[in-house]
Amino acid sequence: MTLLLLFNITNGLIVGAFYVLMALGLSLILNLSNVINFAHGGFLVIGGYIAYAISPYVGFWGALLLAPPLTALIGLAVERVLIRPLYGRDPLYSLLLTFGLAFMIEDGTRFIFGPQGKPVAIPPFLAQPLSNDLFFITGYRLFMVAMVIVAIALLFVLLRYTRLGIRIRAGTLDLETVAALGINVRMLRSLNFAVGIFLAGLSGVLAAGQLGLEPTMGTGLLMPSFIAIIVGGIGSLPGTLAGGLLIGVASGVTAVFFPAASEAVIYMMMAVVLLARPRGLFGEEGMMS
Amino acid sequence: MQSRKLIVLVAIWAVLLLAPYWMAPLGGYTALATRVLVLGLAAMSLNFLLGFTGVLSFGHAAWFGLGAYGAGLTLKHLATSTPLALLAGMLLGGLCGAILGTLIVRRRGVYFAMVTIAFGQVFYYIAFQWSSLTGGDDGLRGFARQPIDLGVFRLDILTDATAFYYFVLSCFALAVAAMGFILRSPFGRTMIAIRENERRSRFLGIPIERHIWIAFTLSCFFMGFAGALYALVNNFADPHGLHYSQSGDFVMMAVMGGMRSFWGPLLGAAVFVVLQDYLSSVTVNWMSFVGLLFILVVLFFPRGLLGFFQRSRA
Repeated sequence: MTLLLLFNITNGLIVGAFYVLMALGLSLILNLSNVINFAHGGFLVIGGYIAYAISPYVGFWGALLLAPPLTALIGLAVERVLIRPLYGRDPLYSLLLTFGLAFMIEDGTRFIFGPQGKPVAIPPFLAQPLSNDLFFITGYRLFMVAMVIVAIALLFVLLRYTRLGIRIRAGTLDLETVAALGINVRMLRSLNFAVGIFLAGLSGVLAAGQLGLEPTMGTGLLMPSFIAIIVGGIGSLPGTLAGGLLIGVASGVTAVFFPAASEAVIYMMMAVVLLARPRGLFGEEGMMS
Repeated sequence: MQSRKLIVLVAIWAVLLLAPYWMAPLGGYTALATRVLVLGLAAMSLNFLLGFTGVLSFGHAAWFGLGAYGAGLTLKHLATSTPLALLAGMLLGGLCGAILGTLIVRRRGVYFAMVTIAFGQVFYYIAFQWSSLTGGDDGLRGFARQPIDLGVFRLDILTDATAFYYFVLSCFALAVAAMGFILRSPFGRTMIAIRENERRSRFLGIPIERHIWIAFTLSCFFMGFAGALYALVNNFADPHGLHYSQSGDFVMMAVMGGMRSFWGPLLGAAVFVVLQDYLSSVTVNWMSFVGLLFILVVLFFPRGLLGFFQRSRA
């Protein structure tokens, strides 16, 4: 029983790490640009398929290194052409546009790569379980979690210490003042979008090594990421981090006792949070309400 | 101005009343017209909230799907009566919406949209997981709409497509009349005031949350009614009807037709349904084209077709 519980908590943490990576990117874009990026799952898929396409030539490590920035470049182009005209309009429009974009990405990958799942080969030494008792802790899973931790740490360093990061945080609080201080807000939004998409691309590569690739894989991660943001509180990145881990572990633990409800429990958590603390666990009052 | 409105109204109803006669020569079929009517009602119900109160619900498919399951389950297990099934579907969608609405109206803006999406998905998962009741992924089968006994004569809506169209049209007319009546009432005017300037309305002493909750609930009841009709159209209900992508379709219909006009969403639904029907018959990649349609409408026709025409006329 303890082993089973441990197994599911580990699983939950790993799934939660994915939620966090997705949700942090979504949250960045939402906070600064007021855009709910429905195509975020689509960018995850793009990242995964780029890794699949280039890994025969550059190997797993090369794909891990190259796929996220390539995805971010695609994101940059999308932001420039499709999303920039919508800033300042009702958020309804960017929501609808990215919703349509998600359709196109899903259908496009299915058209190019076929509907069957594609495996991305991971280095053999990472595929081994580390011990016989804890069979579920493979090297790759540890590696994935380590990568997610590094990515999150880098993101927070970026936001805390670099000029770009400070501007992003300032823009989240008061974009008008930031613009009045002479900062190029358009550029800021583009870069911020690219950072968010970079994280989606990274989750795509990591997920591809663990789960294999399917055109629909991004959609399944999108909804939990939304909930991670709502539970953690819109406008707070640490909140998103906590929210993602929390719902990951909660659904993992529920899977032990009542498997059918493992999806439902995250929605229950959202309902409880909205009842008891509508702004979210770490949200500030008045933020985007 | 008043007479022009009257002419438009007469024209709309004439087109709707004569649909079975002009659809066939144009290459359509009566069942397609019925679907346009039902999905159009759903889009108008969503727009009741979106266009006239100004809050975006991106999870309205949940109430639509609940309406469908309510009607289907009633016909299958409780009573073989079409009116009862419609009533049950409307109540199921509306009451669930009313209860969750108390949580949802606490937020506004993008937050409101995200919370409605997420809560909508709850019902999708319930319909998907609870196979013993709902049939799970395969959907709910084994029920059929029942002929209506009017005492003097029987309206055979099961086999006669034209009779069914007129039955749906009368349901549609009832719902639309109720919607129009509400929008013209002082309550409806208050909704529009909230849309135009929420802060000023608050200063005027209007209880904003309560008004939005009432508008949301009414919209859910209309949505449940449309969903119940949809179950009758297909003699079938499936979880996809509750999924957020269905919600997206409804929002798209409202935006494409024109959110600021009462009849716009019906026009949007007509274009959307006919286009989807055509695309899925000519290409397997119709999803890409629907996605492209979303992007083009947002970029080039943000006011919708009616908004575009009104603007170019002015």
